[in-house]
Formats: sequence, C-alpha cells, structure tokens
Amino acid sequence: MRIFATLRIALRALRRNKMRTILTMLGMIIGVGAVIASVSITSGAKQQVENQIASLGENMLLIFPGSYSSSGARLGWGNNHTLTLDDALAIQTQLQGVTAVSPENNTRVQIIAGNQNWNTRVQGESPEYLQIRQWPLAEGEMFDDQQVRTAAKVCVVGQTDVKELFPDGDALGKLINISGVPCQIIGVLQPKGLSPEGQDQDDLVIVPYTTELKRINREDWLDIILVQAVSQAAMPIVQQEITSLLIQRHHLKPGGEQDFIVRSQEDIAEAATSTARVMGFLLAGVAAVSLVVGGIGIMNIMLVSVTERTREIGIRMAVGARGGDILVQFLIEAVTLSLIGGGIGIASGMGISSFVSSLTHWPTFTPVMWIVIASLSSAIVGIISGFYPAWKASNLDPIDALRYE
Amino acid sequence: MNPVIKLEDIRKTYHTGEVDVHAVQGISLQILPGEFVAIMGASGSGKSTLMNLIGCLDRPTSGRFDLDGIDISTLDRNALADIRNQKIGFVFQGFNLLSRTSALENVEMPMLYSHQSRNARAQRERAQRALELVGLAQRAGHYPNQLSGGQQQRVAIARALVNQPALLLADEPTGNLDSQTSIEIMGVFQKLNDQGITIVMVTHELDIARYTKRTVVLRDGKIVTDEPVNARLRAETELRHLQEAQQAIKLTA
Repeated sequence: MRIFATLRIALRALRRNKMRTILTMLGMIIGVGAVIASVSITSGAKQQVENQIASLGENMLLIFPGSYSSSGARLGWGNNHTLTLDDALAIQTQLQGVTAVSPENNTRVQIIAGNQNWNTRVQGESPEYLQIRQWPLAEGEMFDDQQVRTAAKVCVVGQTDVKELFPDGDALGKLINISGVPCQIIGVLQPKGLSPEGQDQDDLVIVPYTTELKRINREDWLDIILVQAVSQAAMPIVQQEITSLLIQRHHLKPGGEQDFIVRSQEDIAEAATSTARVMGFLLAGVAAVSLVVGGIGIMNIMLVSVTERTREIGIRMAVGARGGDILVQFLIEAVTLSLIGGGIGIASGMGISSFVSSLTHWPTFTPVMWIVIASLSSAIVGIISGFYPAWKASNLDPIDALRYE
Repeated sequence: MNPVIKLEDIRKTYHTGEVDVHAVQGISLQILPGEFVAIMGASGSGKSTLMNLIGCLDRPTSGRFDLDGIDISTLDRNALADIRNQKIGFVFQGFNLLSRTSALENVEMPMLYSHQSRNARAQRERAQRALELVGLAQRAGHYPNQLSGGQQQRVAIARALVNQPALLLADEPTGNLDSQTSIEIMGVFQKLNDQGITIVMVTHELDIARYTKRTVVLRDGKIVTDEPVNARLRAETELRHLQEAQQAIKLTA
C-alpha cells in the first residue's frame, strides 16, 4: 500500500522532468542495449558452432595415430601407422565405459556407377559407426557384423554421392564400383550438412572396415579409432584408460612421447568456442563500464533532484515522514529510473540484434539469463547510485529544509 | 481536563560559533483543549524557536514538554516524526503545498505517512471531507498555481486537519495574504475552533491576534504577558464591515 504510494510519487517526480529523465536514462539504455545486442549476436554464433559440434557424434572420443619423424622432419599427427585393428579390439573388449568402437580406415577414390563417376571419401567402419555419429539412415540398412566378418561387398552412401551418381535419386540396391570392387548400396544416409570446418559431411561412402582394409585400400593400419563412451561424465576416465591401454600395448614409457593422441569432442568444441568466450569476457567488461557510467549519471541527477526538492522534503517531514520514508522515496526514484532505462535498453538491444540478423542472416538469440542479468544489474546500479543522494535527503533537518529557498 | 500542551521551564540554547544563543529561557505554559492562542513577539523574541519546539520539529535543551499527555523531550527522530503525523497539523506562512500536485493529493499526503493502513478510496474520501470543511470541495482537482493565496492556505489547513490532530499549529498563516483574505482565513480558524479544535498561532500582527481567545507575548525568550483577549473580533462581523466600507467608497467615488 505504502510502496505503491511511494512509487506513484517517484513516477510523478520523473514525469515532471521528462527531458532530464530521458537523458539520464539514455546512459543506461545505450549501455544495456549495446550489451544485449552483442550478447545476442555472439550467442547466436556460438550456438551455431555448438550445434555443428554436437552433430559430430554423441560422447565421442577420437584416437589418431601419432606424429612421425622421417630423417629429421617431424610430420604432424596422423601421419604414422601405429594404430592397428588389434588396438581397436582391445579397447572394445577390455575397457568398461566404452559402448561402441569403430576402427576407421579411409581413402579418397574415384567411384563409378553406370556412366557416372565421382571422387569421394571411402571409409571402412564397424556397424556401430552410425550409432556413434548419431547419424540415421534415410532408407535401407547398415551392414551387420556378419558382413564385416566376410568382408562383404556392400556399402552405405551419403546424400551427395546419391545426387552425383544417381541423378534420378534411386540408389538403393544399385552397384557402385569402388577402386575396382563392385559394392551393392544397402543403405542411404540422411543429410548431415557441413562440418564445423566447412567440409561436406554427406560426401562419403561407408563400407565394412574389413572390406576397406582387405579389398579396397589394402592397408593394415587405421586412420582413426572412433570410441563412444557410456556417458558424458565417463569421458575423462575413458580417455585416461585408452591412453594407459595404448601406452601398454605399444610398449611406450609412461610419461614419454606417445605415438597416438586421444581427442574428445569437448577438446574440439573448446577450440571452436574459445573465441566466443574471449568475446564474452570483453562484453562483460564493456557492460561493467557502461553500467558504471550510467550509474554516475543517475547519481548526479538524483543529487540535483534532492537539492531542488529540499523544501518538499521539509514539508513531507513536517507532516510526519520519517527519514526512512524519504530514503525509500528517493531510492525508488533512482531504481525506477535505472530499471526503466535497463528495460528500454534490453528491448532496443534485442531490436538491434534482430535487425542485424535480418540484414546479415546471422542467427541471433538473446539468452534469458542475460535478460535477467541486465535487469538485475540495472536495479543494483539504481540502488547503489541512488543511495547516497537518498541518504543525504533523509538526513536533512526539517526546520532547515522548510526554510530552504 | 488534561492540557494539550504542557511546558515546564523549557530552555533552548543554540551553539553557533563562540557565542551561545539562549533563544528560549525558561518558558512554562499550559494550553487546554479548545483554546485558541496567539503567540506574539518581535523578531528575535524566541517565538519561532518556541513554535518549532511545540511543533516537535526540534527538541528543548532542557525542561519538560508534554503534548497530549506524551513526554516529547526524550523521543528520537522517528518518534517525533510519528508525533507530528498524528498529533500536529501545520499551517505555514508560505502555504508549503507541493507544486504540480492537486489540492486533493496535497491533503492526502499526511495519510501516506500514518501507520494505520487505509485503502486508497478511504483516504480520498477523508481528504475530500477535509476540503469540504474549509469550503474548497469544488477545487479538489486544481493545482496550487491555479488557486489564489487564500485558497492555497485553505488547502494547507485541510491538509493539517486530515489526520485529526490534537493541535493545529499555524506559523504566521496570514503573513502572505491581503487583509480581506486574512480575515477570511481567521474566519476558518474561528469556525474550526468553535468545533473544538485547539489552535496555536504565531503572529506578529496585533489585529490578527484579536481573533484568538488568548495572547501570549514573548520578549527575549521569556513570557512577558499571558492574558485572554478582550473585545475579541469575529471574522463574519469584520468581513461585513469591510464590505460595507468598500461599498461606501464605491458610492462616493
């Protein structure tokens, strides 16, 4: 009841000096608006990257072969032939937290179907590959363990290959020639789009890893071992266990140089979102500075207002307002000022970001958390910057205040 | 009957710089309910200080002050504010209305600070009744700058009355008004006093003091005379005389 009355007094006081109120709010509006706009834009970008990384697979660990030194020139990761099928089998059979493993050997080859040909990436995988990558089939089915054992001449193809080799779209059951090995298409993958690096993920053919190793590529080493951990929480442990197991299997010294490397999806996500995080810190800094500037503006105006209204304060005290009533009145005025400013700031920030979005087609979105943060910090700025003027007002002597001209 | 105001050897000393100013030097005074008292004196006589003390805006240096049976001299700032709200209605020389705030809302203001909760409608009705009491019911929605000086002072009186105080305290209420309006305002006071409201008024104008029932004259912080008003003036009669005189001037002119 009393709070409402005080709020009405505060709003009236703010309405009385419209121009001044608007100019004071402008500090908050610009500060909060700029922060919300940039947060919306970077959040949109960050979410896009995260979506792409999530499309890599679920709880996935990747094991690459180690670096390789050849006559003094050190080659990068992946250029050595240290990962074997036995390593993959050991990981699958000996480690607890592992739900699926796919030993991958890949190669780029020319594939032919009828009178069409196309250069694509052929991957030898286990039947669990699609489960690890969270990649459903559009039609047909994945090869099974039996087909792996017999190195069956079957394959599952991506959408890009279907488009390039079978313009009429009907690929299931057809034969394609992969490096002279005719393979029957038993499944077609759903489209997955671009990887975070911009690669076309749908441009591939998947065959049983035995078929790849024995018939197509004729190699006996693996390029990648894909491992799915049982849960997000288990990933660091599984990563640790894989490292220990491979050190043991490769007869390496613990703590010495390793001939393999284990990467988790998080590592990849980390790299991709670190820019966004730096951006976020920068924004927080800008936000803090702009809120301080806005707060100083509010404090300044509140001090002027207290001086101007000394007589009013005296009258209110004479008719029975306590110091606390006066304090609350001016505090509410300051908080109202900063909250309305913050609110307009949030709205205009969202407006700006959706305008930018419609102009550039960047995805933008405003996290609810940031709206809460912006509102809370506006209120806090109001309380802090309004407190000193309000305290000064509440401590006026009623006799002096009444006499003030 | 218990006195509304009971002062016992009240003293007030201001420490300004090196010299102590003894503004009030041992005043004892009793004012009973229903009285209409004028406190008079030249400037520097201590009447403003006494008025601030009675109005609970200030505390005495020594002495005892009971207002409506409550010992004031020991209360803190907040308790004094509550006493001002509940027991005292102020009327000032300069009206002291809040600008850009309607007459009705000005009258409602003291109720905002009273600790009994009333809903907004009850407050509004109460303020409206107080305005009726001073004859301004038709001007409730007007802003102070749309009202004449006399009307503004009536709004101030309505504001002073709205919490039904034990005491109406007026500080030079006619100081900013012309003589006819002054008499009108004294008429309002006399009417309220006839209804039983206790009024203490500080003034330096002798003819204004003659509308009250009792005059207390101060000099150098002490009471020099304290006597009932002989030949008390009635505002209605005086207004009639004034109008007749004005009529006569018009006729001769």
